[in-house]
Amino acid sequence: MAVNAKTLNETEFFYGHKACAGCGGSLAVRIALKVLGENAVAVLPAGCMSAVGFNFPQLCFGNNAIISTFAGTASMLTGIEAGLRAQGITDFHAVGFAGDGGTADIGLQALSGAIDRNDDILYICYDNEAYMNTGIQKSSLTPFGAKTTTTPAGKNIRGNLRPKKNMFEIVAAHGIPYAATASVGYINDFMRKVEKAKQIKGTKYIHILAPCPTGWGIKTDDTIEIAKEVVDCGLWYLAEYENGEFKLNYKPEEFSSVGDYLKKQSRFRHLTDEDIKVIQSSRDAKWEFIHRNFK
Amino acid sequence: MAKRFLSGNEAFALGVRLARPQVISAYPITPQTIVVEKLSEYVEDGSLKAEFIHVESEHSALSCAMGASSVGARAFTATSSQGLLYMTECLPYAAGGRFPIVMMNANRSTALPWNIYGDQRDSVSQLDSGWIQAYAENAQEALDIALMSFYIAEHPIVSTPFMANLDGFVLTHTYEVADVPTIEQADEFLPPYRTKNKMSLSEPKNLAFSAGPESNTIFKLKEHLGVLNARTVISEAEQRFGKIFGRHYTGLTESYRTEDADYILITLGSISGLVREITDKLRAEGKKAGLLRIRYLRPFPNEEIAAAIRNAKAAAVLEKDISFGNEGTVYTNVNSALQKAGINIPTSDYIGGLGGKNISAEEIEGIFAELEEEKRTVKFLGTGGEESGSQCKNAQ
Amino acid sequence: MKPYLRDKIPAGFDEIPDTPSYEAGYLVTKNSGWRNVRPVIDTKKCIGCLNCYLYCPDGVIFRSNHKAAIDYDFCKGCGICKKICRIGAIKMEAEK
Repeated sequence: MAVNAKTLNETEFFYGHKACAGCGGSLAVRIALKVLGENAVAVLPAGCMSAVGFNFPQLCFGNNAIISTFAGTASMLTGIEAGLRAQGITDFHAVGFAGDGGTADIGLQALSGAIDRNDDILYICYDNEAYMNTGIQKSSLTPFGAKTTTTPAGKNIRGNLRPKKNMFEIVAAHGIPYAATASVGYINDFMRKVEKAKQIKGTKYIHILAPCPTGWGIKTDDTIEIAKEVVDCGLWYLAEYENGEFKLNYKPEEFSSVGDYLKKQSRFRHLTDEDIKVIQSSRDAKWEFIHRNFK
Repeated sequence: MAKRFLSGNEAFALGVRLARPQVISAYPITPQTIVVEKLSEYVEDGSLKAEFIHVESEHSALSCAMGASSVGARAFTATSSQGLLYMTECLPYAAGGRFPIVMMNANRSTALPWNIYGDQRDSVSQLDSGWIQAYAENAQEALDIALMSFYIAEHPIVSTPFMANLDGFVLTHTYEVADVPTIEQADEFLPPYRTKNKMSLSEPKNLAFSAGPESNTIFKLKEHLGVLNARTVISEAEQRFGKIFGRHYTGLTESYRTEDADYILITLGSISGLVREITDKLRAEGKKAGLLRIRYLRPFPNEEIAAAIRNAKAAAVLEKDISFGNEGTVYTNVNSALQKAGINIPTSDYIGGLGGKNISAEEIEGIFAELEEEKRTVKFLGTGGEESGSQCKNAQ
Repeated sequence: MKPYLRDKIPAGFDEIPDTPSYEAGYLVTKNSGWRNVRPVIDTKKCIGCLNCYLYCPDGVIFRSNHKAAIDYDFCKGCGICKKICRIGAIKMEAEK
């Protein structure tokens, strides 16, 4: 039976943390740990979730958890998995929770190495689209047009000039046993994917979009709606990669307005109609690709 | 025990095999490669039961070793030079986490200019990282340190990572006869790793956390005490080792004919063999020469150095490193030890062997001759430049 | 195990552990002071669908007699529960 609100493990494993109110990343961590259960051994690199969860003596993980170096999420997971297995322990889940910068920038090499070795780990990227912990600086997963503290929106440059790095397909290109995209706006879909990853041997990667009210410029109670809307307007998608094939999990009948999605967030408020058209056409190109290549 | 003809790297790899590490993560770099090649062969042929992880960088090598150690597994890695520098972030991390990882470092010059040969600038630059640092003189000592390092690092009052240094090529690639202990003897010497500093399913923990200003100094003090505690544990390990294997070591330093020596040369690593020969030659000529070999740079042998030097007329340090803009770091440390002990004799510093440059017998004799002048100088050996006072003239 | 509040704040040389490792889920401070508004559940309206529980980033909503209830010690008042509730059983009230 699919895991849902009623069947989900009632124990909270990530509790009392100091994440900002309405934090999407903390919801992703919380839910994933509830699906994985008490034998999850979690690795969190320097970043939001370690900064809010590990301030001695306020320690907010009920399960085993450790902070890794910023670049070392995947390599530390590898060591934990190998170390436990070498001692004959097998009933655990080594899981990493890294942000977009920790995954797509500084941690990409170690992640690639782990997938290459097909280490039996689950790597979850909570993507809030910038270095939020250090004060909203651009990462390679910051979307085109977004204003961050290092991509200011001024007269000459209107925010970030580059599109989001395509982590899902980069990871899939390694021939990974399982990869998926998700959004905290569709939490049941995320739970199903974590549950599925839990059963698969080898490296698993889940990329979950997790809005940050502070960095995106939305109200704290808008996190879930905006995380739904980004999927509904087609700027993000819910998909899986397995056995060498891409599969789309959810196809909106008709896309909701990209402009409406963008204009709700202060990081995009400077965008012109022209900018929005550019974003819309890159969305359409992406979906053409999806229709051609995803089942 | 069996006698075998071994290179330093091979001897060290055999020592590591005897220690039964559970996880080995390593990335290749000259001149360390043979250690990890050998260990991968041992895993392949079944003579070592360990997880061998082919990491994609040195940063990941040590990060992976920390992961293994954080769940209570015995972990080993090896590196050199640029690789050591590439993993630099992980060095104080492993020490601060109190993960007793053992790492072999093949001492090699650091770029620029590029150079693959041996000097000790790589490891000496990491003295403040919180690791125990040992320097082997020969293949036998390399093998023995490999085995002893796990005992020392993992001891509960130490719980500190251990860097075992072997001079690149001169030691790592030079063949000598060494005794290889049996696995039964090794098992008698080294118990399995047991710790409370780990994540376990029955007793979940949060590890490697943040500690603010209120507690940070206490964590750092405890880390410092862990390294200092290695002093007594090294001596305990060596006594135990001597009983089982019949080979005896002398703690943080080894004194050679220092008791009545007027002039003492302090050095570390493989060059000590030649200095010992020169000492004997000078003694035969009636000159009161002595050698003090530093075996451990951390914990630093303050008391041992003071005790060995106390009655000398002058002392010099011969080292393969330089802290640019100051002097050799070993020299700085030695002078600190002497000053604290109230010993005020002239000391000099000789920087040699950089980038694998040969240090000749004549040069060592020259150092002893200059010692008789009882001056205080810092010199780069073999550069043709002369120097006096505390400043080096050769900089321009 | 759910992290919970402890009485003792380890301090000083003897109580601070020798290595940076400590019992999992050791809490010494609450988050209630962060809140300007608090969610209040109308238990008559609540149908126990648990959607609020599912989407709470802080995990402070739990099941109690087939309804949702809130741990106010750790609720930050983000308001996600109020928005997610399809039947309008949650109201945000100003903290006094």
